[in-house]
Amino acid sequence: FRLSSLIGHISTCPSLIGQCCQRHPGSVDEFQEELVIRPLHSGDIYASFQFRTLWDTDFLQEGQKVSHYRLFPKSLGQVLSKFSVRELHISFTQGFWRTMQWGQPFIPSPPGAELWVWFHDTVSDVDGNWKELTNVLSGIFCASLNFIDLTNTVQPSASFKPLGLGNATDHRFLRYATLPREIVCTENLTPWKKLLPCGSKAGLAVLLKSEKLFHSSFHSQAVHIRPVCQDEQCTSKAWELRQTLNVVFDLYTAGQGKKEWSLFKMFSRTLTEACPLATSSKVYVDITDNPELFELSPATPLLSQAVVLGDRRTYSVFDLTRAETFGQLRSLNLLLRWKGDGGEMLRPLLHAERYVAGFGLQTGEIHTVIYNNHPYRAFPVLLMDSVPWYLQLYIHTLTVTSKSRDNKPSYIHYQPAKDRHRPHLLEMLIQLPPHSMTEVTVQFERALLKWTEYTPDPNHGFYVGSSVVSALVPSMVAMNTNFTQDQPLFSSFVPVKEESSYFVRVYTEPLLVNLPTPDFSMPYNVICLTCTVVAVGYGSFYNLLTRTFQVDEPSLPLAKRLANLIRRIRGVPLLT
Amino acid sequence: MAALQLEKQRGRYAALAIAAVVIVVGIPLWWKTTETYRAWLPFSEISELDSLQVHALRPSSRQNHVCDSIGSAMIYNRVFDKADLSLHMLSESSCGSVVVYVIPESSTLLPEDVKVYVGQRRTALLRSPPFKTSWNLKEVLSNLDVEVEQVVSTMSFGHQDIVAALSNRVRMTKVTKESMADSMRAIKSSPGYEITFSLLNPDPKSHSLHWDIEGAVQSYIQPLLNKLAPIANFSVDSQILYYAVLGVNPRFDNSVSAYTLSADSLSHVINPVEARLGSNAASSNPVLNFLLYVPDAHHSPLFIRDHSKRKVPSNAFHSPRWGGIMVYNVNEMYGPEAERPVDININMAKVMGVFLAQLRLMLGVQHTHPPTGFVLQSPGSAGLADWELDRLLWSRSVENIATASTTITSLAQLLDQIGNIVINDNIAQQVSSAVTSLQSAVAELEAGNLAFALQYSREAILASERAFFDPSLLHLLYFPDDQKFAIYIPLFLPMCVPIVLSLLKIVSEAKKRRADKQAKSD
Repeated sequence: FRLSSLIGHISTCPSLIGQCCQRHPGSVDEFQEELVIRPLHSGDIYASFQFRTLWDTDFLQEGQKVSHYRLFPKSLGQVLSKFSVRELHISFTQGFWRTMQWGQPFIPSPPGAELWVWFHDTVSDVDGNWKELTNVLSGIFCASLNFIDLTNTVQPSASFKPLGLGNATDHRFLRYATLPREIVCTENLTPWKKLLPCGSKAGLAVLLKSEKLFHSSFHSQAVHIRPVCQDEQCTSKAWELRQTLNVVFDLYTAGQGKKEWSLFKMFSRTLTEACPLATSSKVYVDITDNPELFELSPATPLLSQAVVLGDRRTYSVFDLTRAETFGQLRSLNLLLRWKGDGGEMLRPLLHAERYVAGFGLQTGEIHTVIYNNHPYRAFPVLLMDSVPWYLQLYIHTLTVTSKSRDNKPSYIHYQPAKDRHRPHLLEMLIQLPPHSMTEVTVQFERALLKWTEYTPDPNHGFYVGSSVVSALVPSMVAMNTNFTQDQPLFSSFVPVKEESSYFVRVYTEPLLVNLPTPDFSMPYNVICLTCTVVAVGYGSFYNLLTRTFQVDEPSLPLAKRLANLIRRIRGVPLLT
Repeated sequence: MAALQLEKQRGRYAALAIAAVVIVVGIPLWWKTTETYRAWLPFSEISELDSLQVHALRPSSRQNHVCDSIGSAMIYNRVFDKADLSLHMLSESSCGSVVVYVIPESSTLLPEDVKVYVGQRRTALLRSPPFKTSWNLKEVLSNLDVEVEQVVSTMSFGHQDIVAALSNRVRMTKVTKESMADSMRAIKSSPGYEITFSLLNPDPKSHSLHWDIEGAVQSYIQPLLNKLAPIANFSVDSQILYYAVLGVNPRFDNSVSAYTLSADSLSHVINPVEARLGSNAASSNPVLNFLLYVPDAHHSPLFIRDHSKRKVPSNAFHSPRWGGIMVYNVNEMYGPEAERPVDININMAKVMGVFLAQLRLMLGVQHTHPPTGFVLQSPGSAGLADWELDRLLWSRSVENIATASTTITSLAQLLDQIGNIVINDNIAQQVSSAVTSLQSAVAELEAGNLAFALQYSREAILASERAFFDPSLLHLLYFPDDQKFAIYIPLFLPMCVPIVLSLLKIVSEAKKRRADKQAKSD
């Protein structure tokens, strides 16, 4: 595997993406909604919402302003055209996706906030646009994206290629930043829901109640905007807005050990109608393990098969646009009951984790461990690490070992940090031997910050964003490269170019590193101490200079003075 | 004894020398190193701004051309709106001026009962009152003075406009209710505006609404905006919001078998809708919202009633400085058995007529109340006559000047009062450029060059706001004095006490010695 071939796989998307649904004549934009429910082997439930708005327009066309919006949210459209954004991906995640227990998510995201943007190649001041864009997005999503600045922004050379149309490879127009400390809550969900044409009033979005969604093991919401092809011939561009929301419910512990769930239990709502603006509105339930593991009611005759993430899965489909889906009660409440214990889960082929080693507050070592669980195939992965400047990496200590042997990366892109200006960026292409564990270590030294540079609560530690592992993983089954047929949304996000492999992105845990933290009342103490020292020194000096010295008569000893007292009484001359 | 005196003298000199070093070197050094940087500001010019304005506001600089003869070109034009055009061709009147043509009493150009005809541009035709043939030109003109004054006060900038323009800044005692309402209605002067048309469809299940907003904006709104281009930049966009509901539940009225919104409840309508409208993420200009609300099938038809319980014919209302809302009933367009959702095309001519009128109000195009006998020509497709535009330029310039000078004056006052604030060079530069632009704006306004005046006043506003909202002003603002003392006292107290004491001692000794000397000489 050579680097160029991998980058080529990731970057060039099939030109036939995004036309999977038949277009209605006369309407230039369309909306689809979809919910996938997958029971996980751990007993948790994974629910993934996807909402897609497609609009046959071009925001970046010269001289023509897009200003009349129908289904596409106006606020995002204005942002796209003002900042000449070619592609925008933003995600807010609370919790960490446990790949080993849950398998691969449909759309991965790191804990905290992640934002990556490809700008159009006509933009001259990319950094200025990026700064302004993060400020505007922080207003739209009520998030602290305004804390994104040059010190946590990187320009990855290979890991983040455009997922949409266009062959942009010049990474000067790419900006990537994460805020691992960002906390996601209701105030981020509300503006996200507001971008949906039906809001949370109809369709699948009625299930999105914040008190349930945030009472979960994992919550991730994202917005992906990219240009896609409008039709099979790809004669013109359409813009795709994909809003995704992934949530994992731990119903096993919440349900007193009873393994059963229903829509009502998860979301405290049932479905009653599709969004009237949606051209398709479907609920998929992953029943690949049925009937050995669980039973689903109501049963549906509609089944669909999809190859997703290298695995062929079977889904029960509930089409909300059809009245019979809702039955007599006019509401759909899916119910699933486990029978017995879950079997062994297929181990995910690619998996990564990371931790900090070392002791003391001066040096340390970052360990990144990548697992290839494929029994007989080796494959290359791209590892990307963005480390803040206050961890000074010793790049000469970088070692990559697999199976206790040195594994030389075939490509290394390293951009050293500049203090207070930019972070370290390390990208490596590593070949993973079959059924192996590859360990990447690098030592670092902790820098001393200026006292105004510490965050509130500095003793909590400083976060270092997740490393990103991107790979084309060999597939067990033939992937579907034919995009002409009607495909569910969850399997059509990442373009698939060849049948033998599929693209996976794995995020590791973010790191929490302690930096040497001063006592913050120290400046005042220092001022007081030095002032006192100076004052004492000055006082004796002054005393020495201004004191008048004179020779003093030595006073008489006590015995002589007593004698003189007696002599004075007696009238005898005094002693001297 | 002499040695002791010498030693004492040396100690005194040492104390004096240390005090001198502290005073000559220490205090200036401390002063210099702890000083906050304050760039020079033109305080005197800023304080002059108020009095300058008074001159500018007096509408004395108007040029009235009174022509005693009419060009022959127009006499043959029997129809007076054509005459208006040809007169306009005849003498291209400059921006801000008004040309009054006087026609003989017997002229048949105007209908019998029409005394004055105000054209679409900057011209007016005035039927002269009867005069004796023996009068010379001057007498004839003086005879016309009253009428001319009337025409000018209709067409040009007057007292009312000043009141309206300044109502934000100045409390005026004598204000008619109507002009107050006018001034409150108009949106604040700004270099640009965002106009957003939103179609609210609370019931997408029964109504599938189509509006040709692009074409409607092109044919109804754009001509007005083109005309207003010298005043501000406008950008127009539109959106459709589904499941957007009004904030109040309309009441069903049996007498008309329709739902009604009373005038009192209108103030509660906007808030819940506004959360959905969204602000313009890409600019910070004020937004004018125009909402077209199509009531859902179960609450149709919906009518708005005014305070006297009558149906409002346009079925629309506006909220000052915010925008307008129009209710558009569609229940008559389909039968009860129609298949849902019903496709409905919205009649944009009807909608845009209402919105255009509201937009004129928002932009501050004032109602004119012509005296009897006056005929105003309708402004035509552009929606705005030239003289109306001039008036708008006037009031906008005055408003901008007032705003900018208030900003600059209060900034100067603030900086004057709080000595802790750092004044950077770029703030000083912004302030002086604002002051210069203000002075130029006032000068241009006095000279009658409205376009330049507006331009300068806009620059003044921008510069003054930039200076006022500069974040660098805040850096040291909240650094309290007690913290400074806490830091200084451990050093200053032990250092100053011996110096002061020994100085006191030297002074008292010197006094004593002088007293001794006097006693000795006596």
